[in-house]
Amino acid sequence: MKNWGMIDMETKSGRYTPSAVPWAEVNVKNKGMRDKRVSLKEATQLIEEGCHLAVGGIQYNRVPIAILRELIRAGKKGLTVSRALMSFEADFLLVSGVMKTAVTSWLSGAVTYGLSPIVRVYMESKRAKFEEWSNLAIGLRYMAGAMGIPCIPAKVILGSDIAKLVELKTLVCPYTGEQLALIPALNPDVAVIHAQRADQYGNVQIDGITAMDMDMAKAAKKVIVTAERIVPTEEIRRTPELTRIPFFCVDAVSEVPFGAFPYDCYGCYEPVHEHFREYYRGFETSKSPEENTRNYIEKYFIQTQNFEDYLELFGVSTIIKYSSLAKD
Amino acid sequence: MDYDPTEIMAVCAARALKDGQVVFAGAGVPIIASLAAQKLHAPSLTILFEVGAVAPIVEIGRIPSSANESRSAYGSVMLPSTTETLLFCQRGFVDVGFLGGAQIDKYGNLNSSIIGSWDRPKVRMPGSGGANDIASCTNFLVVTWHEKKRFVEKVDFITSPGYLQGGDSRRAAGLVGGGPLQVITHLGILGFDPERKEMVLKAIHPGVDPQEARANTGWDLKVADDLVVTEPPTEEELDIFRRLDPERRFLKVK
Repeated sequence: MKNWGMIDMETKSGRYTPSAVPWAEVNVKNKGMRDKRVSLKEATQLIEEGCHLAVGGIQYNRVPIAILRELIRAGKKGLTVSRALMSFEADFLLVSGVMKTAVTSWLSGAVTYGLSPIVRVYMESKRAKFEEWSNLAIGLRYMAGAMGIPCIPAKVILGSDIAKLVELKTLVCPYTGEQLALIPALNPDVAVIHAQRADQYGNVQIDGITAMDMDMAKAAKKVIVTAERIVPTEEIRRTPELTRIPFFCVDAVSEVPFGAFPYDCYGCYEPVHEHFREYYRGFETSKSPEENTRNYIEKYFIQTQNFEDYLELFGVSTIIKYSSLAKD
Repeated sequence: MDYDPTEIMAVCAARALKDGQVVFAGAGVPIIASLAAQKLHAPSLTILFEVGAVAPIVEIGRIPSSANESRSAYGSVMLPSTTETLLFCQRGFVDVGFLGGAQIDKYGNLNSSIIGSWDRPKVRMPGSGGANDIASCTNFLVVTWHEKKRFVEKVDFITSPGYLQGGDSRRAAGLVGGGPLQVITHLGILGFDPERKEMVLKAIHPGVDPQEARANTGWDLKVADDLVVTEPPTEEELDIFRRLDPERRFLKVK
């Protein structure tokens, strides 16, 4: 088999799992409506070294930074991390050693920020792997995982070099004879999602941008939710149409106000671009890209005793300013 | 009226959008060109953002830095999931997509993944995002600087399919709809030969010599027999772009 050098080519030797396995994994779970509230530290214990972690939100929308901060602090290494589009958090996950393989369609900050110097260093020197799919393909991987099927046909990736990179399998449609891409299901070991509201049982309401989180939550074996607010179940029952993830998909819930700050959280706060621009300016003055990112990790994630401590670094006026922007 | 190369690219992009169409817009020039088209000649042009936003209302002064944040969703008539939104492209509801890339070849294939060898990349770029999906499923416009390092005979990596190896190869790969419509550069506008699907210089911007476009292309660029000169941007067009992006955050000056 040709080694394309970018990702492990284990297609035939267990890279993909027959759908009976994820079926059984959620089927044996206790699905009772029980109190699932835990601390961030306890939630982090559900994430094992080397596992596949799916991260909710999209690009700098709803980055579950409170839980990622704990993960970095806990020194968990060698994870495969998937996400629709990554953003600045990819730098922190790479340099801290948490992420060994990125499964995503976009690995950098945001379009207007240019290339991430960290992604370049890590990927060009092969210190980490980038398994690149298109955005829709990532979505369909979660969707197939959520549907309990091993793969799903699609009309993307065909003919591109992404197809070669991921060793895409194709199928001639038995009904129409047309060429189809077969996008393999993704059933992450754990998904972490930051939401606006949840109750103690894990009924989750996400406002505005839902990204791929409903499929991701259904596809994953375990789901950790951090929420701006834990609300009484009566509040959820008054607006069930806003519930995106039902309790039986969820394993742990933690109330973390501003749990995605300084990223974007619809209706709660807008992203603090000035903060990210400052982080990018650091690349210009530091001896190496890694030094800049290590300094950031040290200052924001390691030296802060808890998440409130982390929020203090941004200051009350910044938090108020960006919160009111989101409520205009 | 004075204008710079970025402005004429953006104006040509806006002109390519028609009333009644659905445009899949990304951050930067595409957002601004789509908003300008709505104000100029296409009031019922619908913007779709990949984050999951149908017909958002983007206010001047609050233009999103990315198609993936709350600001790209405000005022929408619907906020579907990202997957559902991209599936609108696959289903055929999207008329025009917008793409860019570090490299483009003569068949309109785009590279935003890897420069150099796949094994030892010289530059590892951020990757497809939704670009491959848009290129696979829609008729798309490319807006890019016309430079020899970008316009290469063969891209190092096909992130987003154009006409692949030309001729019928796009259809043969299973990509039934779409394909590159126009490549809008700071020198002119390129289209594609209907048979061979090779890029052809169709229009040249005022004051530009077609030879300059050829010299900035990494292959022997064909020039259309009926080459036309682009209508220069009007005062009204420039005025709208300047009001949308007064600080030139999106239409970057090069």
